[in-house]
Amino acid sequence: MSSPEPAVHHHGPPQGFIRKHIFSLDHKVIGKQYYGLALVAVLAGLILSWLMRIHLGWQNAPIPGLGKLSPTGAPGNVMTPDYYLSLMTMHATLMVFFVLTTAPFAAFGNYLLPIQIGAEDMAFPRFNMMSFWVTFVSFIVLILSFFVGDGPPLAGWTSYAPLSSIGGIAGPGQGTGQTLWAISIAIFCVGQLLGSLNFITTTLDLRTKGMSLARMPLSTWGWFVTSVIGLLAFAALLPACILLILDRTAGTSFFSSAGLVVNDQVLPHSGGSPLLWQHLFWFFGHPEVYIAILPGFGIISTILPAFARKRILSSRAVIGCMVSIGFLSYMVWGHHMFVSGMNPFSAVLFSVPTLIITIPATIVVLLWLGTLYGARMRYTSAALFCIGFVSVFITGGLSGFFLAQPSLDTYLHATYFVVAHFHFVMALAAMFGIFAGTYFWFPKMFGRMMNETMGKWHFWLTFIGVYCVFMPMHYLGLAGNVRRYAAFTDNYLAPLIPLHRFISIAAFFVGAAQLIFFFNLFWSRFWGPKATDNPWEATTLEWSTTSPPPFDNFGGRHLVVYHGPEEYGVDSDTLEYVMQTSPQQIKTVSGE
Amino acid sequence: MGKLFAVVMTIITVVSAGFIVAHVWWMPVDISTIGPKIDQQLEETMLATGVLFLSSQLILAGFAWKFGDDKKRKIKYFPGGGAPLIAFAIILVGMEILVLSFIGSKVWASIYMTPPEQGSLQVDVAAEQFAFNFRYPGPDGKFGTFHPERVRDGNGNFFGLDPENDVDARDDVIVGTLTVPVGRPVALTMHSKDMIHSFYVPELRIQQDIVPGLIIPLHFTATKAGKFEIVCTQLCGLGHYSMRSFLEVLPQDQFDQWLKSQSGD
Amino acid sequence: MASTTKVPPHTPIAPDLTSDGERVIGSKLRVQSKTTAVGVAHNALPAETGIWVAVAAISMSFASLISALIVRQGVAPDWLHFQLPRILYLNTGILLASSVTLEICRRGFDRRPEFSGKESGNDEAASCAFLWLCATMALGLFFVLGQVMAWRDLAAKGLFLSSSPSSSFFYVLTALHGLHLLGGVAGLAYVLYRLWPGAGLQQRRVLGVASVYWHFMDGLWIFLLVILASRK
Repeated sequence: MSSPEPAVHHHGPPQGFIRKHIFSLDHKVIGKQYYGLALVAVLAGLILSWLMRIHLGWQNAPIPGLGKLSPTGAPGNVMTPDYYLSLMTMHATLMVFFVLTTAPFAAFGNYLLPIQIGAEDMAFPRFNMMSFWVTFVSFIVLILSFFVGDGPPLAGWTSYAPLSSIGGIAGPGQGTGQTLWAISIAIFCVGQLLGSLNFITTTLDLRTKGMSLARMPLSTWGWFVTSVIGLLAFAALLPACILLILDRTAGTSFFSSAGLVVNDQVLPHSGGSPLLWQHLFWFFGHPEVYIAILPGFGIISTILPAFARKRILSSRAVIGCMVSIGFLSYMVWGHHMFVSGMNPFSAVLFSVPTLIITIPATIVVLLWLGTLYGARMRYTSAALFCIGFVSVFITGGLSGFFLAQPSLDTYLHATYFVVAHFHFVMALAAMFGIFAGTYFWFPKMFGRMMNETMGKWHFWLTFIGVYCVFMPMHYLGLAGNVRRYAAFTDNYLAPLIPLHRFISIAAFFVGAAQLIFFFNLFWSRFWGPKATDNPWEATTLEWSTTSPPPFDNFGGRHLVVYHGPEEYGVDSDTLEYVMQTSPQQIKTVSGE
Repeated sequence: MGKLFAVVMTIITVVSAGFIVAHVWWMPVDISTIGPKIDQQLEETMLATGVLFLSSQLILAGFAWKFGDDKKRKIKYFPGGGAPLIAFAIILVGMEILVLSFIGSKVWASIYMTPPEQGSLQVDVAAEQFAFNFRYPGPDGKFGTFHPERVRDGNGNFFGLDPENDVDARDDVIVGTLTVPVGRPVALTMHSKDMIHSFYVPELRIQQDIVPGLIIPLHFTATKAGKFEIVCTQLCGLGHYSMRSFLEVLPQDQFDQWLKSQSGD
Repeated sequence: MASTTKVPPHTPIAPDLTSDGERVIGSKLRVQSKTTAVGVAHNALPAETGIWVAVAAISMSFASLISALIVRQGVAPDWLHFQLPRILYLNTGILLASSVTLEICRRGFDRRPEFSGKESGNDEAASCAFLWLCATMALGLFFVLGQVMAWRDLAAKGLFLSSSPSSSFFYVLTALHGLHLLGGVAGLAYVLYRLWPGAGLQQRRVLGVASVYWHFMDGLWIFLLVILASRK
């Protein structure tokens, strides 16, 4: 079969600064733009977490400058309890949406998926460009809430009704800020839908000759499964946000109950259901956390073999596990609502798939461990973050085991145990996936190597530091320390304050360690040593082209794929690895 | 680097587990009839996850130590490939799930899916930004009708009562703390007038969200006398952290005295 | 920097394959080593896949709204039942007719063998398509106008967005459907623009994509109407 003409009329090389760098149709530029957005968001989220931790350790400490940002939220530079909650809401919203959904999926996926399957670009480059700018607008709308009315919303990223649905009388922060939040998230949904549309169509339709689904790298599989989950999850969140906006602005009663009395005034709502919001939100919200972690699964499963110099133990099992996690993720949302007032029998129903979902997760972890067995591990920064990922994911997954059981959740719900759990799996594991991906693909994206010494310092300080920050939160939770508290004034919480202070101090150190990463990124971008085409001796298609790739990824070549991505440690006499595009036949796999 | 990782990982694992084993920060003493069962389930889960935590992290550390970039060593594959690990995961986790689900659902059902016992002490709970209020039916044993439009914080009418026209409401006892007798089943009916709140007493081991528009039941039996904190666990606004009350568990005779003195007011 | 193992130049190795092309790994695992490539259908438009992805997402959005409707009706006694404005049934007929006109447009090509397979058709086919496509778009716009009239009908009866959850859902569902339909009209306008040079294979594919969306909008409306009409 002769080399086929691609039916997608791809764009020619971009001309002019605007087309090249701003309104670019090139998935690589769009991927980098998403990454840049995530960087800004993570810096903002990090600063917010510092502010939170200062307040939790030292309630009355004045924080220089805070009064300038919000005179009502921090009179005399001392944070009010409502402002604490607002900062907490914004911290979570920024991190979950603009970092953990954006970086692992939109940034890396956009940059790498077309290249890894041998395509010139995404299926719909214009929709792709739109998806970034829509996400950017969503970000701006969210940030605006800091500067309007009485500040950002304080109902948490989960935004439960009626606190979030009755408008400004609910208290400070619940005026314009909350409406902007809902509008921002609705816009974000649109951006994600456009992105998922691209990922799915590109993966199905634009694979190059020889690139069967089974031969796709596991990172591509991670993005593909994530995009399917994301398509349906964000499609469910968008109408929920619309209904919330209507409750706030148009006097409807979707989520606002009848007979609410606030400030001795009976509100005119007529029978809405706060639980309805929770169901709609968590139907999106649970798949969302798998959207945050599955690209990390794929990234680790691609990077680990490259540094272990051996194939992953069973790539088909990893694919099967990712798909089954994606499928099961739609059946478990009620585990966020065990004590919410919903029918208690549903709790039993929801806990079963919640526990079952631990099976594919366990399988994947064991396969990673099994891959490390007998490896010849090259401990680069990327590799360190890979095994760091495995460690923090194990810890985070195990704490989930407690929360999945309703009879334990009755004690642990809404305590710091939950905070520990989701920070381990999201803030740590998903973030380590982003770090590993950055160290691994930076040479390809920018044509320069990142500094390994800085990378290793970044790893060690971060790895030790995050365990110091988040492991103690399990203990706080076991002691019954309730979450989302601006201060610990209850008698039983007073003995826990020293532990909170320890956490805060550790958090400052960990945050500071991230400056090494930021510095490394910027310094290497301009002054890092030049990278070769394949500095890691990896097999996937992005390493078959230049660093960075030309605008059409392969310089006009139409690649043909002969192998899966797992051909490491093959026939150690002559070739130690075989790239996907190499017609080289494989004799034996060494070690057997 | 691999060896350094192994050392660091081992230290982190042992120290983390050590704090748990030593119960340095732990659950307060349980004062509920359901407490022993929940605590036992927690301990079992902790044991299982503890074993998994220690073994997996130490194996990770061990592999990092042993399998560095040693050119002289040949690459080895896990015996049997992925299949034994997959089987192990399915069997191990599968068994764990079955056991814990089975036991756990019974405990859960006994709290949330069984009605309160006959003769339970009935207490009505009103949650609002940012306080809990409690209502006892008084000597006539009946609660007055709740009228949402009559709720006024200003004059302390937290339960929207109309004593002038409603006989049953006249002797309702309204207090700011939940006082109960030891060993007697208590049946709460909870409602909220504004946001979602939640009723949580760590020592009782139970919590329950209170959703506006719904009447939420919760029952328990306290087994030890003492004074314990009731805290709100569902974000309800700026005063969420300070929304607190007390559960006072009194010996039966002291409780009777207390209730009589309240009704006398 | 990663340790740089010197990678020797690619030298072909005599394949150690069994007769059916299997590669032996140890003595246990056998993996098919395909050197013949798996073909991918490159002549398909990505939009032909993409439209179904979009249909899935839109379906999910409306499914969420409908489940919200059903739950909301069940939780409180404030559901005010009202008769659906009669014009809705006329609008339904208009929308069904528009699907028919679209199909006439589309199948007109397939019934003319002289145009199948050619890269560009002739003016007669193009103007025929043009007319039927315009008819479809016009009917779509009439539908939306009819929906606005249904709203005015409800407003005249005192039923507004916030009057009752029943009217709230009515307005939200019809508004979102109408907006998506207008998107479909825009899509058909784009098809018209692409059809201008002639009715070749590519253009027919684009028309096919738009038809999937249009018929989906039609079917979605029927479904919404059934749900709304069956409320008590």
